[in-house]
Amino acid sequence: MNLLPLAARNLLRNRRRSATTLFAMIVGAMAILLFGGYARNINLGLQTDFVRHAGHLQIQHRDYFLFGNGNPAAYGLADYRRIIDVVRADPVLRPMLKVATPTLSLGGIAGNYAAGVSRTVIGGGVVVAEQNRMRQWNDYNFPITTKPLHLSGTTPDAVVIGTGVARVLQLCAPLAIRNCPTPHVEPATGDSVPDDIAALAGEARAQRAASDGTTIELLAANAHGAPNVARLKVVAAVPQGVKELDDMIVQMHFAAAQKLVYGGDTPKATAIVLQLAHTDQIPAARVRLEQLLAQHFPGQPLTVLDFATLNSSYGQIVGMFGAIFGFIALLIGVIVLFTVSNTMSMAVVERTVEIGTLRAIGLRRAGIRRLFVIEGALLGLAGSVAGVVVALGAAWLINHGGLSWTPPGNVEPVPLTIRVWGEYTMLLGTLLGLTLVAGISAWWPARRAARLEIVDALRHV
Amino acid sequence: MQAVVLSGVGKHYRLGQVDVPALTDIGFEIRAQRFTVLSGPSGSGKTTLLNLIGGIDRPDSGKVLIDGQDLGELDDDALSDFRARRIGFIFQNFNLLPVLTAYENVEYPLLLARTPAAARQERVRELLEAVGLADKARNRPNQLSGGQRQRVAVARALATRPTLVLADEPTANLDSHTGAGIIALMRRIQREQHATFVFSSHDPAVLAEADDAVHIRDGAITAIERRDEVTA
Repeated sequence: MNLLPLAARNLLRNRRRSATTLFAMIVGAMAILLFGGYARNINLGLQTDFVRHAGHLQIQHRDYFLFGNGNPAAYGLADYRRIIDVVRADPVLRPMLKVATPTLSLGGIAGNYAAGVSRTVIGGGVVVAEQNRMRQWNDYNFPITTKPLHLSGTTPDAVVIGTGVARVLQLCAPLAIRNCPTPHVEPATGDSVPDDIAALAGEARAQRAASDGTTIELLAANAHGAPNVARLKVVAAVPQGVKELDDMIVQMHFAAAQKLVYGGDTPKATAIVLQLAHTDQIPAARVRLEQLLAQHFPGQPLTVLDFATLNSSYGQIVGMFGAIFGFIALLIGVIVLFTVSNTMSMAVVERTVEIGTLRAIGLRRAGIRRLFVIEGALLGLAGSVAGVVVALGAAWLINHGGLSWTPPGNVEPVPLTIRVWGEYTMLLGTLLGLTLVAGISAWWPARRAARLEIVDALRHV
Repeated sequence: MQAVVLSGVGKHYRLGQVDVPALTDIGFEIRAQRFTVLSGPSGSGKTTLLNLIGGIDRPDSGKVLIDGQDLGELDDDALSDFRARRIGFIFQNFNLLPVLTAYENVEYPLLLARTPAAARQERVRELLEAVGLADKARNRPNQLSGGQRQRVAVARALATRPTLVLADEPTANLDSHTGAGIIALMRRIQREQHATFVFSSHDPAVLAEADDAVHIRDGAITAIERRDEVTA
């Protein structure tokens, strides 16, 4: 017996009660999907940000990730050009590969000699044109505009610094940085510097002050531990979302960084950044890279790391949103469970005589059970389908409402988007999950209905 | 030929802490293709007896055989299947499914019996014609009068061509004119289809139509009347 039409008609008997249950399910499904869409958006937004800046995969010295922070120059890849050539030429990787570019990380002390100030900095050198290509990556179609690096079109001695670095080095005025206070410093007194040295320094400072005021000196240790200094021209101060980074970051041309760190030695890179067409190509690309490195560079201490490993915060943030999403879904599942169960329990009581009649004319206990479970599942299906439709509409309204927000670590606001349409796994999961929960909710009342004695059910008033 | 055989049938109900005997040592036979009435005052046990014969309740003792099949030997599913194919029920309150049309109500037992669609359609139309409701096939029970509802119930009870049709006070909720019409209808169909009809009733009009009458009082048989004999 096909119980589906009977179950569907039974649901329409008490329309108000069914509508109330449906409303609860619609709100539940909508809450799950909107939060899920928001969390998904955060996840993909973070991923896009990481991939645009540091690629999907990086080839590094085996120990660089764990130990390179203290002395990046000691973990350089001398063969980086050849590695890039091999990677670019590989027929397996070529269709996946968007960009392969070297980077060189360094740490040092930046000083504004003219102002008599300095501070420790971290940063590195990049190939500007290739980095600009990496910033075009937008596989998830975010409504964002991509600006080229501030180093674009600049001279080889150009450097970009964080606004915090500019503030400490007293470069705010020459760089025309707004909201950049100047510290009130008492003039130094005492005999800490001999008179002749102080006189020499003052003379030199006076000469430097005659320049345009945007030149800094960057002191870094070379690969052998000896200090090297480069005079660099600050072309821009760019605010960073995180103050600690804003106070330390410097970025320069790759060749300038190599010259600073390696001088006349063989120039190296600390990482080769690889950006793929799609994130889901990471496993295949990684396997192939490991094959290539083993084949062409045997014995070299090389490793391949993905962006999630390089950015541990990515996994933490995704995990946090996953946990919140799971909690919300569980909470809504429980609400749906009790709502549908209550609705079906009332239906069983109201239809006790009908249950007795159906059993008398030959419907088995399992048939009664099925009937009520189908009714619950149908209610769940209708509620979740309606919830999906409403959530899609709400997401569309939010996405087109011109709302924006500033994510942690960002400086500028980004459009607030909820990613529901196209997230078929989440949509299907919500649809099936709530339908299943509703079906399970109906199981207990259905069991009770099926266990009724026929004569008792027929006598029910 | 016997359609129903009862032997030593007893049934007790639990009322709080007390066992109340509903039927005690019932033993009699119902002849096939007859119009038999179980008669007795309210509380005499006739509905309980009808429920036991219909296999919707089980006796505490004794045996109930329908067409030679001991109902006590059947488990719940087998008994459900047996009812679906062999027994038709007509209830005092009609007990039609309110969400189904007259046609669908009559069709439902045929669906349970897995009757093929074409045969099902033909049988439902034939029965609705027979009960004079062919033009009401699409009506739901709430769009039918009490008499019409009971006619649909009669058609439903006969849908699977059961050998036994049980009716519990089928005219109790109908006016006398409509009730008489329903009795006449059932009598006609019983004769046409050679089915065995068993009623519980204390309606004299029903008693007058009966081939056989089984009189019950306080859970025991007091008399069995046959058209050609009387056993006390």
